[in-house]
Amino acid sequence: MMNPVHATDLLKQMLLVRRFEEKCAELYTQEKIRGFLHLYIGEEAVGIGVMQALRPEDAVVATYREHGHALARGMPAGVVMAEMFGKQEGCSRGRGGSMHLFDAKLRFYGGNAIVGGGLPLAIGLALADKIRNNARVTCCFFGDGAVAEGEFHECMNLASLWKLPVLLICENNRYAMGTRLDFSHSVTDLYKKAAAYAVPASAVDGMDVLAVEDAAKSATAAVLSGQGPYLLECRTYRFRAHSMYDPELYREKAEVEEWKKRDPIPMLIQAMEANGFKVDLADMEGQVAKQVDEGIAFAEAGSWEPVADLLRFVYSEDPA
Amino acid sequence: MTYREAVREAIRKALRADDRVFLMGEDVGRYGGCYAVSKGLLSEFGPDRIRDTPLSESAFVGAGIGAALGGMRPIVEIMTVNFSLLALDQIMNNAATLLHMSGGQFNVPLVIRMATGGGRQLAAQHSHSLEGWYAHIPGIKVLTPAVLEDAHGMLLAAIQDPDPVLIFENALLYNAEGELPANAGPVDIRHAAIRRPGRDVSVITYGNSLGKALEAARNLAGKGIDAEVIDLRTLRPLDDRTLMDSVARTHRALIVDEGWRSGGISAEISARITEQAFYDLDAPVQRLCGAECPMPYAAHLEAASIPQVATIAAAIEGMVQPHG
Repeated sequence: MMNPVHATDLLKQMLLVRRFEEKCAELYTQEKIRGFLHLYIGEEAVGIGVMQALRPEDAVVATYREHGHALARGMPAGVVMAEMFGKQEGCSRGRGGSMHLFDAKLRFYGGNAIVGGGLPLAIGLALADKIRNNARVTCCFFGDGAVAEGEFHECMNLASLWKLPVLLICENNRYAMGTRLDFSHSVTDLYKKAAAYAVPASAVDGMDVLAVEDAAKSATAAVLSGQGPYLLECRTYRFRAHSMYDPELYREKAEVEEWKKRDPIPMLIQAMEANGFKVDLADMEGQVAKQVDEGIAFAEAGSWEPVADLLRFVYSEDPA
Repeated sequence: MTYREAVREAIRKALRADDRVFLMGEDVGRYGGCYAVSKGLLSEFGPDRIRDTPLSESAFVGAGIGAALGGMRPIVEIMTVNFSLLALDQIMNNAATLLHMSGGQFNVPLVIRMATGGGRQLAAQHSHSLEGWYAHIPGIKVLTPAVLEDAHGMLLAAIQDPDPVLIFENALLYNAEGELPANAGPVDIRHAAIRRPGRDVSVITYGNSLGKALEAARNLAGKGIDAEVIDLRTLRPLDDRTLMDSVARTHRALIVDEGWRSGGISAEISARITEQAFYDLDAPVQRLCGAECPMPYAAHLEAASIPQVATIAAAIEGMVQPHG
């Protein structure tokens, strides 16, 4: 039974990520944002669906395509935008940029731009919880590309061996940058790889936020029961280019258009309407636009960290 | 007491003093440690605190980083320096960067220990001295204990450090005998140490080359050459002050390093002396380094690949006129 208040909240969160990132793309062309910019557009249902299963005490390790995760975890749009502007009011003081969003209070451990590199961190966070008997979950997001990395396999083995409380979310968007799934993987049902490590696993429609939420909640419950890790493969699709530099020579426009028919935002609206709930999209768009605009204004008003501080935080500072 | 026992005693003290400390690595538990450093600790502390890991260097080093972020104080043992390259991504891209990249939010209180160095006929994949490479990386500290007191006290200092510390234990030193004061505790990890004062030349070295340099200096004393021997102790951050003060007194510097010459820590030290103490020098800075080849197996070739007492003595003699 669909809860209309909750569904509306999910819709609003997805819309926020969508509109926020559309603005990011614009701001990139205006050179307000530089470096690499990886948009999550099309994949919003995964991050937002999974985040519903997590509590404040849980931890999140994300990838370099993590604006959506940061916003869904509760980072203010302005703080994320300021980070992308390189301003010291950003969540990482402007030292990380788009790919390295961090927030200690939210237990948001990045923003890791080495494919697969966040997995060992996540199992280490989970190990700390296991040793300390903290009933917490560490949720690690990674892509289909990471599943080909050795670190994925090392971590699956270790997490299973030590029964670590880690929720492994594979965001399978079918392309490792420009290399299609079946050019990367001998077994393209990625969740099946978990069987080799005795890790329970399943796949879910990553364009359906409610399905992702349900699957993530079941998986989280399994992890919290003490049985160890769970691998959830979320099958999704990236509507935009890999980054702003990508001319998209590796896929057909028709394929993108076909996937856009399963855009998670209209899909949720349709599901809500099918359940008899009316969505006031114009009102919601207005609220989201205001939030994004305020975020941009916050970033614009931000300041540059003094160059004199460049070498701060290479090492911890002695407590004064 | 041996160097090995000094390290073990420090690990034991750290485990007793702080329940956030645990040791993990390949064969650290049931086997007792590849170099027997952790022998006996499993029965004393149990498998939660002395953790045998799979052969997954990247995963368990990264897990150490994650556990440190999660409030623990892990000591990770990597069997030998060449294997650490399998974990270099985690060391470089995570441990060394997280604090700066997160704008000061996430420090990584992690200690990584590993065996380093040649001299055991273990050939080209177990014998290199790559600590100089690691010293290239801002965000980590690189310690090279050469004496028992440092083998023990540097680990205790490292475990109290809020940031990632790498400790390189030269495997030939594990059997070295020495005394550890009953009240031995953490030692300073910021300064080099003058292990033998002298007037004629500053011999700058670390690790297993320290003992060789001291022996060479002793041998030359009878020939009227008075060499000062400096133990770098810490390769990052380098203690420029002690080096420059020494060079200001001796006016000559010889750097002895098992690592390769090209782009190595010896090059860095030479450059710093040239930058900071050029006008104190009476002769060009000299270097005696590992031969520029993968480490060979045959004993005579291996011996020729790394600095030895005789080659160090010859290098010093080549720089210094004996006092009459």
